Amino acid sequence: MSAEAKVEPQRRRFAVDLHVIGPLLALFALVILGMFLNDQFLSAGNVTNVLARSAFIGVIAVGATFVITIGGLDLSVGSMSAFLAGVTIIVLNTLIPQTGGGWGTIILGMVACLALGLGAGFLNGILITKGRIEAFIVTLGTLGIFRSLVVWLANGGTLSLDFNLREVYRPVYYGGLAGIAWPIIVFALVAIIGEIVMRRTAYGRHCAAIGSNEQVARYSAIHVDRVRLATYMLQGLLVGVATVMYVPRLGSASSTTGILWELEAIAAVIIGGTVLKGGFGRVWGTVVGVVILSLIDNILNLTDLVSPYLNGAIQGVIIILAVVLQRGKKGA
Amino acid sequence: MPYDLWILGAGPENDGRVCGDFRAFPGNGHERHRGMTAPRPTPILEARRVSKSFGPIEVLHGVDFALRPGEVHALVGENGAGKSTLMKCLAGYQPVSGGEVVLNGEPVAFPDSEAAEKAGVVLIHQEFNLAEQLSAEENVFLGRELKRGFFLDRKAMRARAESLLRELATPIDTRLPVSKLSVSQKQMVEIAKALVREARVLIMDEPTAVLTGREAEVLFEQIERLKADGVAILYTSHKLDEIARIADEVTVLRDGSLVANAPAEDMNPNRMAELMVGRELSTLFPEKLGEGAREVVLSVRDFQVPGYVETASFELHRGEILGFAGLVGAGRTELMEGIMGLRPASGTIGRNGETVRIRDPKEATRHGLAYLTEDRKGRGLLLKYGLRENLTLLGLDRFSGIFVDEKAEEEALDAAIRRFDIRAGSRTMAVGNLSGGNQQKLLLAKTMLVEPEIVILDEPTRGIDIGTKQQIYAFINQLAREGRAVIVISSEMTEVIGLCDRVIVMRSGRIAGEVSGAEITEEAIVRRAMGLEAKQRTEMTGEAVHVG
Repeated sequence: MSAEAKVEPQRRRFAVDLHVIGPLLALFALVILGMFLNDQFLSAGNVTNVLARSAFIGVIAVGATFVITIGGLDLSVGSMSAFLAGVTIIVLNTLIPQTGGGWGTIILGMVACLALGLGAGFLNGILITKGRIEAFIVTLGTLGIFRSLVVWLANGGTLSLDFNLREVYRPVYYGGLAGIAWPIIVFALVAIIGEIVMRRTAYGRHCAAIGSNEQVARYSAIHVDRVRLATYMLQGLLVGVATVMYVPRLGSASSTTGILWELEAIAAVIIGGTVLKGGFGRVWGTVVGVVILSLIDNILNLTDLVSPYLNGAIQGVIIILAVVLQRGKKGA
Repeated sequence: MPYDLWILGAGPENDGRVCGDFRAFPGNGHERHRGMTAPRPTPILEARRVSKSFGPIEVLHGVDFALRPGEVHALVGENGAGKSTLMKCLAGYQPVSGGEVVLNGEPVAFPDSEAAEKAGVVLIHQEFNLAEQLSAEENVFLGRELKRGFFLDRKAMRARAESLLRELATPIDTRLPVSKLSVSQKQMVEIAKALVREARVLIMDEPTAVLTGREAEVLFEQIERLKADGVAILYTSHKLDEIARIADEVTVLRDGSLVANAPAEDMNPNRMAELMVGRELSTLFPEKLGEGAREVVLSVRDFQVPGYVETASFELHRGEILGFAGLVGAGRTELMEGIMGLRPASGTIGRNGETVRIRDPKEATRHGLAYLTEDRKGRGLLLKYGLRENLTLLGLDRFSGIFVDEKAEEEALDAAIRRFDIRAGSRTMAVGNLSGGNQQKLLLAKTMLVEPEIVILDEPTRGIDIGTKQQIYAFINQLAREGRAVIVISSEMTEVIGLCDRVIVMRSGRIAGEVSGAEITEEAIVRRAMGLEAKQRTEMTGEAVHVG
């Protein structure tokens, strides 16, 4: 045992600590900033608004945390969501004559949405594992395919949910339990379960192992392809969950639905400390990342320091900065 | 003053027998002879009282070391003895904490390895520093490209690279990307690269660790040539017989201190090993169990691995250590990986008399087989993760219902650390920072955690020091005593001979012969590995056909 190696862990632990509290510090700083800039910032209304709007990206980003942890990438989540929303609306509208305009129809629509999400994830996953194609290429391809399909289904315009059904469905986004909006509850549940799965189950450990070194995982009797396929299906399912909550918000789907969600989801994952190259994932970090992005958007909207139109640019800068910081720490 | 033979007392054990033996050496005829006829050249690169600390911990304690033109100076020591640190200090990869590095009599402090290279001091890493996608010639001139005006002078570079590699007995197509070259060819490209940089000092970190016997011979010839050209060479290796052969001078490090420095003539592999370990090596290998009538636990029939193994059949008995010898590329690893379901393969596998299908490593584990890979860094361990995660990765099923039971994992790690004597600064440290020997012990612990009846160990002691080797041999012996069946693939002849009850020799994807008991000799194995016993083999199989 060389002394050289003995020194290493101390330095590492220090770096990891900084890495862990970094996102939390950023979140804290944003909250303070928000409070200074606007006294309504911490009002129940604003907090609910911020969190509920971040729930879609949040649920998707939890899935993206797993995908990135196994060393993959899913660029198709935004278009997939738009496609799912479009199909769900069509399914709901078509079902009304048969099953009526009540909850039964909506539940059927939800099931269709989730099943289609699983299917879309399966498509990505099977092309990547059995087809042996780079995840980047596969999901870039399906990004284009899903986006184009929703435009085609909408005939270039907008798919709208039946107005009566919209009223029934509305509470799924706008309603809540004990004063907490449904999307926030769902987001919290998904995040908590995700964190536990990542941290405490064999599946989570296998994800990290595959992302860290696929060969080691294979030689350790892990079914690499199966785990990978399951992860893309999990991502698809979670896009389905997000879409189920998104449809009642606007009651429509169009070519602009879910645009740049993949950017926000990946940014949130990276800000949260998950390693972009895979091998290490942190679901709670992703949650912090999602809230940070949401708060920035919210602060831009509440104040007139910077135009809210620059939100995308700011997210882009943050994603690049987060990766630079990650690399700096690994090189240390 | 010619050679000075001395030993520093690094610990109480040095006042013992080993030391006494050495003191008997000074002033033998050889030294006097050398001193009178050929005065030794003055050192080109020296370490004077060099020490090095990482944080509060000193890992090199005032080491003196000198490299002279035209001589090979071997640096030996166990893993973690400070060899790499000393080499890195000499080659500008790390600054020294105390003492000084002296080049041609002038103290120098290389700010980085590039500065050292400019001064003619080049370190060749064990894991090569080559750009895999670039061609051999591009690599040779990387950073030193020849130019004609504004453009690269490809013609001149190709001609020079070709002639250099031809001189190094490696006549390859220099336009090939390095990724297409064999390990030994890559090594020669590294050396050519060093020569283009006009290296006067070449520091080679275990250059033969990944070479076959014949490839190593080519390297030794080139080292002789470089010596003749007046290049000073620092050479490290765990293969002590090799050092005894090519070195002019030997320095032994232990725990960061210089333990001995002597002309190679006064050293032999045993003595070096004793000095490295700091105690006498009793027998390196445990006593063999010997053969007996034992039931067959694994039978492999007509096994084929496309591209690697044409056909192979063998049986393995309970409580047996079966060696697989052969040249690198004979198909031994591929055969075992095929059996484990890690590669596409066909053939029949019988376990305790029943035919089984093994399609992936999980099924192999279920049937009581476990395989320890030869590539512990690339395929064995997650280098960025801690000891616990690595230990349980293969046997994770045993620790997880719905959730992974971390407490049980910690207990398993406690047990593994005790049983396999794993020494780590901390349990959570990245295993990439463990020494090679401790990595190997951890990998062995990981493999044994699934309690396999059949253990396949591929090069179980590659690149680890002699003390740890001895421990691993004892573990392997213990496994057999517990009634497990063990297969050992090894390219180290002494290991195969010292450890195994029976040895199967492979050659070009086929089983070329088998020896057991007292027949296990180096000559018997080499003859079969080289195909010299081919005639006899056909007779043997012919017989078998008649009998069957």
